[in-house]
Amino acid sequence: MTCYPDASQASSDRGSGADGGIDMSRTITIDPVTRIEGHSKITIQLDDRGEVVDARFHVTQFRGFERITQGRPVHEMPALMARICGICPVSHLIASAKAVDDILAVEPPPTGQDLRRIINLGQIVQSNALSFFHLSSPDLLFGFDADPAVRNILGVARQNPGLARDGIGLRKWGQQIIEWLGGKRIHPEGIVPGGVATPLTAEVRDRILAGVPEAIAAVERAIAWYKTDMLRWEDEAATFGNFRSAFMGLVDRHGNVDHYGGWLRVIDADGKFLADRVDPKLFNDYIGEAVEPSSFLKSTYWKAMGYPDGIYRVGPLARLNVADRMGTPRADEELEKFRWRVGRVAGSSFHYHYARLIDTLHAIEKVEELLRGPDILSKHVRSTAGINRNEGIGVSEAPRGTLMHHYKVDDDGIVQWANLIIATGHNNMAMNRSVLQVARRHVKGDTITEPMLNRVEAVIRCYDPCLSCSTHALGQMDLQIQLLAPDGKVLDELSR
Amino acid sequence: MTTVFTFRIDGKDVAGSEGQTVMEVAEENGIDIPGLCHLEGIHDRGACRLCMVEIAGSPKLAAACMTKIAEGMDVTAHSDVLLEYRRTVTEMMFVERNHVCAVCVANNHCELQDMAEGLGVTHFDLPRISPKVDIDASHRLFAIDHNRCILCLRCVRVCDEIEGAHTWDVMHRGLETRVQTDMGIPWGESTTCTSCGKCVQVCPTGALFEKGRAVARGSKTKRPFLPWMKVVAEERGL
Repeated sequence: MTCYPDASQASSDRGSGADGGIDMSRTITIDPVTRIEGHSKITIQLDDRGEVVDARFHVTQFRGFERITQGRPVHEMPALMARICGICPVSHLIASAKAVDDILAVEPPPTGQDLRRIINLGQIVQSNALSFFHLSSPDLLFGFDADPAVRNILGVARQNPGLARDGIGLRKWGQQIIEWLGGKRIHPEGIVPGGVATPLTAEVRDRILAGVPEAIAAVERAIAWYKTDMLRWEDEAATFGNFRSAFMGLVDRHGNVDHYGGWLRVIDADGKFLADRVDPKLFNDYIGEAVEPSSFLKSTYWKAMGYPDGIYRVGPLARLNVADRMGTPRADEELEKFRWRVGRVAGSSFHYHYARLIDTLHAIEKVEELLRGPDILSKHVRSTAGINRNEGIGVSEAPRGTLMHHYKVDDDGIVQWANLIIATGHNNMAMNRSVLQVARRHVKGDTITEPMLNRVEAVIRCYDPCLSCSTHALGQMDLQIQLLAPDGKVLDELSR
Repeated sequence: MTTVFTFRIDGKDVAGSEGQTVMEVAEENGIDIPGLCHLEGIHDRGACRLCMVEIAGSPKLAAACMTKIAEGMDVTAHSDVLLEYRRTVTEMMFVERNHVCAVCVANNHCELQDMAEGLGVTHFDLPRISPKVDIDASHRLFAIDHNRCILCLRCVRVCDEIEGAHTWDVMHRGLETRVQTDMGIPWGESTTCTSCGKCVQVCPTGALFEKGRAVARGSKTKRPFLPWMKVVAEERGL
């Protein structure tokens, strides 16, 4: 049912770069590429003394959805935008449908909103499971320097079959919610402007509910495992993007995590509110976008602090940091333990993994809560209207963080302009900072070493970046690292 | 008294009344000749060229929907040459405009898509023209996306012959040919359109669709037949 893009071939092809020291002039190609999504390149700049002065994460792919959609009827936007990504199409459907709701000036009926919430949470569960179990757990289980031939999901399945099974089971549960509510697992069509296309049946509700106990048990087992193993990774936790920054996420009116609606809250590294109860539709007043010539991925920044100082992070870690509580009992209990272990505002991006598990637990609990709502089987799930505004904004929480869709249309509803801000764009500056931190810790001399490469890959993986989404680009997983001398000469190069 | 002609289609002996077309007699005898512009109840036009057949003794192919039957005709409706010809015609329809099935309102309910599938058109050898084509969404209820129009002209004929409005017609020539409303004004400004929706119902692709419908999920579902069309046509002696 699920494909594991890296695992099937990982053992056979990755060997060529596995030895530590690498000749300066040699380019080592390791193919296929593993466990990040998209084409990217990292450059590490050295100064005269051979010390790392800068590190950059470049996204080298381009797709142009903001241009492609110009001239299309606005009702097509959710389905068009879903095509940005095969992993989180639901997130784009939700944000896009909300932007079109705004243009129609309608609010979906309460049940329509709840069904959208459920399918969005199904997406959160399956994508978080993919990130933690399939992509990141091999590093955590075997260590960052373990042989790549075993450091993959198949290795996990051999060493800790329960862990692999839980990952696959959680992903399946989330995917099935998407299929049952949206019509199909990838690029579902059930989320439409004004609400959802079809009401929920009692049979589907019961089928989803039947899987809840096992899903909760699976994620709780993973949390327990993670907590017992956590101390092994103190060094990584200290250097994997451990810095002061702001955090952004959506919260509901009680200050709980809200993956679908609510208000934007932004806190600084000390937990002080930079903004709270901000209508997400006003995000342009608060967030700027900067374009760097070296990357197709735009960097967003907190306007009040300017560029590049206005660095903030989004995603599971940010959601946990900004919210007062998760809003569901088991997740709140785990949140308390999380904060006891890593502080009220966790500063290290390594803790994205831990946060992702708690985020998943909350999502499962929330799905159950919504499904047990008294009106969830209501037939009134969609509002209709004509074009009532020429501009619309939709904001929701995608697995990787806050997702923003902004469209302008003419009076007939033909799209004139679109702008998307994707979670990975919010995290761009944080990823750069994290790569720099890891490079400083691990670059010795003018060669790229395997431990450093492993950790650079792993630190990026903490953010679970989706480069396809963030540049709206299509591509295979790819990573290239260059070590640059002060004059820009390439001292060493590695690609995966 | 009606004269009955007997002749052969693909080696099968068939009979039809004088005045009938090869296509009509084939349909009556369960012989499927592909076509996208033909629709029971409105006049045939011979626009799509998919129903081309071979007639023994004739050096040219003939459109089955436009060719009247004759005594002793020997029609070949299916052959390798005709299949290849029909595939090419279908391919040309795809490359002439911009058809993106995955996000089309008619996906899985599209006669062009079914035609391609039925004929085994799996890829395009011809270069795509990828023209920049507009959408007219000015009508209150409906929209036309010229990207998906194959110029079958069913809309033109149904509007004229059944509704009697003659809102739709054709303008320009060659690759620039477009169906148009009134004298090329936006559909929403048309004074002749009665908003009856017949054009949307008969459109074989997603070119004409109801506004507000979401893409895919079979949102452009069609009625399997329009019995009133045939009744009206017969009453008017069409």
